[in-house]
Amino acid sequence: MIPENNNPESVVEIKDLTFRYGSRVIVDKLSLTIPRGKVVAIMGGSGCGKTTLLNLIGGRIKPDSGSLVVDGQSVPDLNKSELFDLRKRMGMLFQTGALLTDLSLFENVAFPIREHTQLPEAILRKVVLMKLERVGLRGAWRLMPSELSGGMARRAALARAIALEPMMIMYDEPFTGLDPISKGVIAKLIKELNQVLGITSIVVSHDVADTCAISDYAYLMGAGRIIGEGLPSEVQQSKSEHVRQFMEGLPDGPVPYQYPAPDYVEDLLTGDAS
Amino acid sequence: MPKRGFSEFAARQRQALSRFWQHYGGLDMFRHIGERTLSIISRLGRATLFLYETIVGMTYLIPRFSLVVQQVFNVGVLTLLIILVSGLFVGMVLALQGYNTLVTFGAEDSLGLVVALTLVRELGPVVTALLFAGRAGSALTAEIGLMKATEQLAGMEMMAVNPIKRVIAPRFLAGVIAMPLLASMFSAVGVFGGHLIGVGLVGLDSGSYWSQMQSGVDFYDDIMNGLMKSVVFGFTVSWIAVFEGYDATPTSEGVSRATNHTVVYSSLAVLALDFILTSLTLGEV
Repeated sequence: MIPENNNPESVVEIKDLTFRYGSRVIVDKLSLTIPRGKVVAIMGGSGCGKTTLLNLIGGRIKPDSGSLVVDGQSVPDLNKSELFDLRKRMGMLFQTGALLTDLSLFENVAFPIREHTQLPEAILRKVVLMKLERVGLRGAWRLMPSELSGGMARRAALARAIALEPMMIMYDEPFTGLDPISKGVIAKLIKELNQVLGITSIVVSHDVADTCAISDYAYLMGAGRIIGEGLPSEVQQSKSEHVRQFMEGLPDGPVPYQYPAPDYVEDLLTGDAS
Repeated sequence: MPKRGFSEFAARQRQALSRFWQHYGGLDMFRHIGERTLSIISRLGRATLFLYETIVGMTYLIPRFSLVVQQVFNVGVLTLLIILVSGLFVGMVLALQGYNTLVTFGAEDSLGLVVALTLVRELGPVVTALLFAGRAGSALTAEIGLMKATEQLAGMEMMAVNPIKRVIAPRFLAGVIAMPLLASMFSAVGVFGGHLIGVGLVGLDSGSYWSQMQSGVDFYDDIMNGLMKSVVFGFTVSWIAVFEGYDATPTSEGVSRATNHTVVYSSLAVLALDFILTSLTLGEV
């Protein structure tokens, strides 16, 4: 089925997308567009469905309804081999890096190339070293993932994500758990890869300042929906109560501080915790 | 006062009982049984589909046989030491016990035959499979479960590499290949252990130890039978191990439970299958 909103200007087109996990609605009639060649931020609190959205775009889970088009192909309708072909054109940077722990750094970056191409060893070596040089880890090619720091592991994973020269990279919380220097390095790399190689980037994060600094457009998610969007500066200036709460990190607001619970006094007097 | 104390005690018990009944009794109990049954059936279904995908995925390994060789090293060679040591002791014990019984009938010359048959037909495959489940099976489950927990499997999927082909298939195949080899070595070392005790310690004639074995052990009925058993056990243990790892809840608790399941389910499956296979081959059922 050729979707009607097949727009060469955008890499990802999502319309009224809904995903449920059991009876819980994780993504709720969400619509958004990721323009080609841009860095787009998707920000939101923990558990608002950001990572689920990435998994939906990557075709790891199927939506319950709505349309989801990546590079002109409707992802939920693809069969396994079509989906794998599409995935060769998109990279994903996991929060943990997800490096293969039994392979050296060199072999980790070589992994997707070995799997999908028949490059002779000499050329493969050059390609891998070029990717590692791009993220500043050429000298570390012999190391095992367990010998890398958190920031280095994420850079290594980034080198692996660009190994097949994808059109798009999805970053799942790229800044979480990193020191300021490593954060700066990752931010610089995301920007550089976008500008030099023209890779469309989706940065999913709850780190407002770092993410806004590198993105061209920002979406703000809350409870499975888009609650704000615009240029990063616009979003930061937004008057919406929901957006304000997130941007300023207020503990209480439209997103309640309390997990839904029965009345406190009543609960203490009669409640049964067992 | 004791009377009031008792009535209070009884009332508390009644309350506790009714709470227990509310939680576990009545319709809830049937619901629990139903839920449990459904979850077992759906898990069996998943395991079967998973096995099918694994076997179909083996075509991927044809140009990448080094992956299998590497896994044969991991599950086979690294298990060798425990197998050899256990085999030696089992053989020695068999010889001691066997001699003690046989000598009362004056049949101690048949010691070699008894040791060899016991090992090749029963103890070799079964004990090897149990040790294999404990050493290699649990390691496989933990490795795959942790790969899942650290998003390595998800990462592979996103790189358009099917983890069932790349990770599961070589490990499963390596288990099936390694088991009969390990069982054979277990039996061989066991026979040698028996010789050590029977000839070295007790002083039986070395010639009769070997010649009785040579004339009494049949290649097809005994050795091939034992090998077939060990292939079946290898298949089962490897299947359980890789499935438990792949299906594990991706948390430390989930991986530990999966590892535990692998050892328990594999051991039970091996013992039950051993009974079934033995009855079939002996033609008693």
